[in-house]
Amino acid sequence: MKILVCITHVPDTTSKIQFTDNNTKFDKSGVQFIIGPYDDYALARAVELKEQLGASLTVLNVGEADTEPTLRKALAIGADDAIRVNAFPKDSLFVASEIAAIAKENNYDLILMGRESIDFNGGMVHGMVGQLLGMPSVSPVMKLDIEGETVKMAREIEGGKEYLEAKLPLIAGCQEPIAEWKIPNMRGIMSARTKPLNVVEPSQNQSATSVVAFKLPPAKGSVKLVDKDNVEELVKLLKNDAKVL
Amino acid sequence: MSILVYIEHAEGAIKKTSLEAVSFAHALSQQTGGGDVVAVGLGTIAEDQLAKAGEAGASKVLYVKDSKLDAGVIQAHADAVAQIYEKVGAKTLVLATSSLGSAVAARLAIRLQAGLVSNVVELPDLSSGYQVKRSIYTGKAFALTTVDTEHKILAIKKNAIDLKTDGASASVEVVSLEIDQANFATTIISTDQATGEVLLPEADIVVSGGRGLKGPENWGMIEDLAKVLGAATGCSKPVSDIGWRPHHEHVGQTGVKVAPTLYIAVGISGAIQHLAGVNSSKYIVVINKDPEAPFFKAADYGIVGDAFEVLPKLTEAIKAVI
Ligand SMILES: Cc1cc2nc3c(=O)[nH]c(=O)nc-3n(C[C@H](O)[C@H](O)[C@H](O)COP(=O)(O)OP(=O)(O)OC[C@H]3O[C@@H](n4cnc5c(N)ncnc54)[C@H](O)[C@@H]3O)c2cc1C
Ligand SMILES: Nc1ncnc2c1ncn2[C@@H]1O[C@H](COP(=O)(O)O)[C@@H](O)[C@H]1O
Repeated sequence: MKILVCITHVPDTTSKIQFTDNNTKFDKSGVQFIIGPYDDYALARAVELKEQLGASLTVLNVGEADTEPTLRKALAIGADDAIRVNAFPKDSLFVASEIAAIAKENNYDLILMGRESIDFNGGMVHGMVGQLLGMPSVSPVMKLDIEGETVKMAREIEGGKEYLEAKLPLIAGCQEPIAEWKIPNMRGIMSARTKPLNVVEPSQNQSATSVVAFKLPPAKGSVKLVDKDNVEELVKLLKNDAKVL
Repeated sequence: MSILVYIEHAEGAIKKTSLEAVSFAHALSQQTGGGDVVAVGLGTIAEDQLAKAGEAGASKVLYVKDSKLDAGVIQAHADAVAQIYEKVGAKTLVLATSSLGSAVAARLAIRLQAGLVSNVVELPDLSSGYQVKRSIYTGKAFALTTVDTEHKILAIKKNAIDLKTDGASASVEVVSLEIDQANFATTIISTDQATGEVLLPEADIVVSGGRGLKGPENWGMIEDLAKVLGAATGCSKPVSDIGWRPHHEHVGQTGVKVAPTLYIAVGISGAIQHLAGVNSSKYIVVINKDPEAPFFKAADYGIVGDAFEVLPKLTEAIKAVI
């Protein structure tokens, strides 16, 4: 059994988002990067499955050299080896075609991703890889168990859950509570230093969209406070000013 | 040139986000000199529901009446929409950014060799190529993105466009398709859906509670206010982590992203991860006993006070005016 987990290298969820170079580049200064939170769930579940089934576990990122600490962290959490496709991830098609090319070579049984990246929030890459490989893709998956060749899943739908089954091979976009985030321990961190991190050049170089510029939303005005003993005032504001009642 | 719109439904009722996608497509067709806006619905949908797509701006509705498509099996939906797209001879596909919509769009982007942009918030700017504004970093920024392909797929962010309601009721044409069994590789065993409630991702008003409410037994106050307003209920992440509320109510960066007209936050501190899920709301009301709570910085209106005291009073005061 071979498992692949695709991870993003994204600004920490508390980061202030800013741009440089005339709003054409993300400003990395002072920003801490992390494994995408949904990818972290995917990775945590993959580590559990690896232990349970004796599977091999590879992590993959399409990104430039500065993403390597993030891949090392995934190795420390429990992946056996890592692959970095050495390229700026231009758009979801670019990322998906590189992932599909690697997957074709290595025949993974299960490919786990996050439900979405928290930088571009596409929620697209798993579906694209699925179409490219002719494999089913399911997202957002909040529970995933493997029994023989069968994968049993719970998927979140608006206002509830859907229980479904499929056969391997399969792609799933994960979210909580599929597993608890894992924090690397000392032994993991030590062993991660010597685990293989293979860098490969992009082989497909496909894309369909280009970002021309970034923009920040307009700043929020200051809050209008209402006295706690005069809630009628708030109701009046909601009715007459905001016109939402 | 025709535009195809993929519309989703929940038990036969067309989703508001899909009607917004229809209105977006209508405005896009006006901008590009007219042309048909064809909406396609899959599964079992009442014809009067389908006709509603006309009011939102569709000139024609195609109805693939097939109960096998009632469940949102991604591959099967993608196959059906691709067949219709080719039949109609469309160059653009418009749909709502949603878990099913995005998954279907992703597969179609490959199959139709179409450039795909998600979380679109405005009509494209056609003055310099085909430039689309989309929301990124969970609502903290926008990216102006050009689509460099002949075929285009736009997944629209909810509440980004005003719903058109004055169109004519559209004619509904039932079409049948052959959908290869291979597309049903994932089998839906059962669903477990809250019924009769206002669904959080679609809601126009949301009342959310945080750890400040102390325990699940106090959620009656939140539910009372929500009921008076016809609102959906939400919560912060720790609240669903401890199991006070179901997971699908958790709002924020790692939960549901809401975009209601009014978001009322009670006993929630306003951590940046929570704000990421609510920053597309039109108005935000915050009730918190701590005047330093960060949520006040993101709010339009606020009350500094104890939720246990303020909330019942507020519910009564609202009841009196609506
Ligand atoms: C990677 C990551 C992702 C995350 N994603 C999310 C997410 O998607 N959504 C999310 O919500 N959080 C998320 N979090 C957690 C987030 O950082 C906060 O911890 C969380 O939002 C706090 O929840 P809270 O406001 O309910 O609780 P607290 O921070 O404990 O705040 C409780 C608030 O209630 C107020 N209060 C107390 N008693 C009363 C009273 N009687 N009346 C009125 N007010 C009262 C207090 O003043 C306080 O402001 C994430 C964290 C991480 C690290
Ligand atoms: N550059 C990347 N490298 C590896 N995996 C990625 C990359 N971008 C996206 N993914 C994977 O695809 C998922 C969905 O991403 P997105 O479609 O961008 O929202 C993420 O949660 C990751 O698992």
